[in-house]
Amino acid sequence: MNYNVNEKGYYGEFGGAYIPEMLYPNVEELRQNYLNIMAEESFQKKFHQLLKDYVGRPTPLYFAKRLSEKHNTKIYLKREDLCHTGAHKVNNSIGQILMAKRLGKTRIIAETGAGQHGVATATVCALMGLECIVFMGEIDIKRQAPNVARMKMLGATVVPATSGSKTLKDATNEAIRDWINNPLDTHYIIGSVVGPHPYPDMVARFQSVISEEIKTQLIEKEGREDPDYVVACVGGGSNAAGAFYHYLNQPDVGIIAVEAAGKGIDSGESAATSALGNVGIIHGSKTLLMQTDDGQITEPYSISAGLDYPGVGPMHANLYKSGRGEFISITDDEAMEAGMQLCKLEGIIPAIESSHALAIFENRKFKKDDLIVVNLSGRGDKDLDTYIKHFNL
Amino acid sequence: MNRIQNKLLENKKLLSIYFTAGYPKLEDTVEILQQLENSGVDMVEIGMPFSDPLADGPTIQASSQLALKNGMTTDLLFRQLKGIRKKVSIPLIIMGYFNPVLQFGVENFCKKCAEVGIDGLILPDLPLAEYEEHYAGIFKKYNLINIFLITPQTSEERIRKIDTASEGFIYMVSSASVTGSSSGFGDEQESYFKRIEALQLKNPQIVGFGINNSKIFHQATKYAKGAIIGSAFIKVLSDEGKAGISSFIKSIR
Repeated sequence: MNYNVNEKGYYGEFGGAYIPEMLYPNVEELRQNYLNIMAEESFQKKFHQLLKDYVGRPTPLYFAKRLSEKHNTKIYLKREDLCHTGAHKVNNSIGQILMAKRLGKTRIIAETGAGQHGVATATVCALMGLECIVFMGEIDIKRQAPNVARMKMLGATVVPATSGSKTLKDATNEAIRDWINNPLDTHYIIGSVVGPHPYPDMVARFQSVISEEIKTQLIEKEGREDPDYVVACVGGGSNAAGAFYHYLNQPDVGIIAVEAAGKGIDSGESAATSALGNVGIIHGSKTLLMQTDDGQITEPYSISAGLDYPGVGPMHANLYKSGRGEFISITDDEAMEAGMQLCKLEGIIPAIESSHALAIFENRKFKKDDLIVVNLSGRGDKDLDTYIKHFNL
Repeated sequence: MNRIQNKLLENKKLLSIYFTAGYPKLEDTVEILQQLENSGVDMVEIGMPFSDPLADGPTIQASSQLALKNGMTTDLLFRQLKGIRKKVSIPLIIMGYFNPVLQFGVENFCKKCAEVGIDGLILPDLPLAEYEEHYAGIFKKYNLINIFLITPQTSEERIRKIDTASEGFIYMVSSASVTGSSSGFGDEQESYFKRIEALQLKNPQIVGFGINNSKIFHQATKYAKGAIIGSAFIKVLSDEGKAGISSFIKSIR
């Protein structure tokens, strides 16, 4: 079985482009051109140059000795937290801004939840001198003031999404509406492996540099390309898509996706889409999503704003449905404890999103000689307030 | 023949109205439909509210949100529409997003539509290719006409494809925008309408988005068979309630 996208834009039964006709010309233009543009030598050269000189890639693959001892197995951390702007998000923003320029677009829009993708996109727009408008839920703007300030410093306009529940899904709706209103000069930089085809595939390809590097780095360190398991947290799922990408079709490498259980799967305040969702359409993609019996999309909850999305990328929906991926959900409290544990054992303050991936070791047992790579998708600076409140620091 | 097809044969410019079911009050649906018919409206789009209406502007978003808060569901809408054909005879179209239809079950949804006397569907986020591959057979089985949208950016090749797949009218979106955001039609719209008229499509076109008064209605129908008013009508319901329906419709004609 092949777990990549097929020629019609589907991963198994998931994916496609369920978009109103107003978006068709833009999405179709992208669909027809993205693979060719990405294959151009000059594109690849610019992309990799920026990843190296501007983002700081390759990011280290770090053997976490004390964490490994604690859990009696062998754990490597892929240090995406060391990317410029503090998370893996910038890999995709760099790729898409080059794509936008190549397509002749002059105006960039993006959605953001916690603000990481907004900051990454504002950053690359400053780098390229392009106009940048970031849509952000009114509630998130209040919750994430430092990232709002960062985006403004970088020259972006932050537009509050005041519709619906005023969070990430509504910011995404507003970005889509803006694209409908500005079909000619604008490119929409989606921040995750969600949205209509070709976005999930394009974003996964830009993020695939993560697993490409893991392969090379594991040879240096362990004399083998493949770990026994790759672990990543999943909201929409872009860091996971990047970490899994080159292992998707290698059944001997276990894929573990970690979702946010919030206050518990059955608490009514959760974002564990694989456990709580069923098939539906969100933001142009057929995938698993949390919804009412009547097909109204519901509002998820997680302590981590980056995992607070009612859907999941179609690639991950297929990994779940087919059984290729193992899906684990982690509560707020478990994630916070795991985050604090990494601080104490390794001197690394992780983003709360990434802390979810780290938390699996409390319950999911591995063999002593298992080789596990955890994608440490972001750093915890942005989460200090949450850490302070949670632990009364 | 389907009621939509019959209506399109009439020698007049058609006025079609969109409203959100369950707004302003949960049980208003039937009365609004009756008043619209009595005021001389030719066709109605009954909006099924959705939590994430991404092609709609603030007015329809707000009406959808309130309708859902009032308790509107797909199932309730069908219960409200039961027996509607004893009271209303103009063509009725359900307009909504695809996800609630998918949850209801596409076949079950179409069956219910046929039972209550719905004539067509407008599902803007159900793309042409998906429709043809998976759902065209079901729509036909229940004698439902699927209405597709075109915009100023739609290529001629794609317009021809949509024309071939259509059996009623083509919903011509007036400009690059979400619903309810027009400040009148200018040269751009005029040349777009002329361009489409010159294509001599087999399906007549009905213009929607941005039509909020008599002047724009007449501009839109100069080249097209009719026009649809949505957000502006919902504003009337918000400001004046059902009492405002008749005078608003008369002001358009």
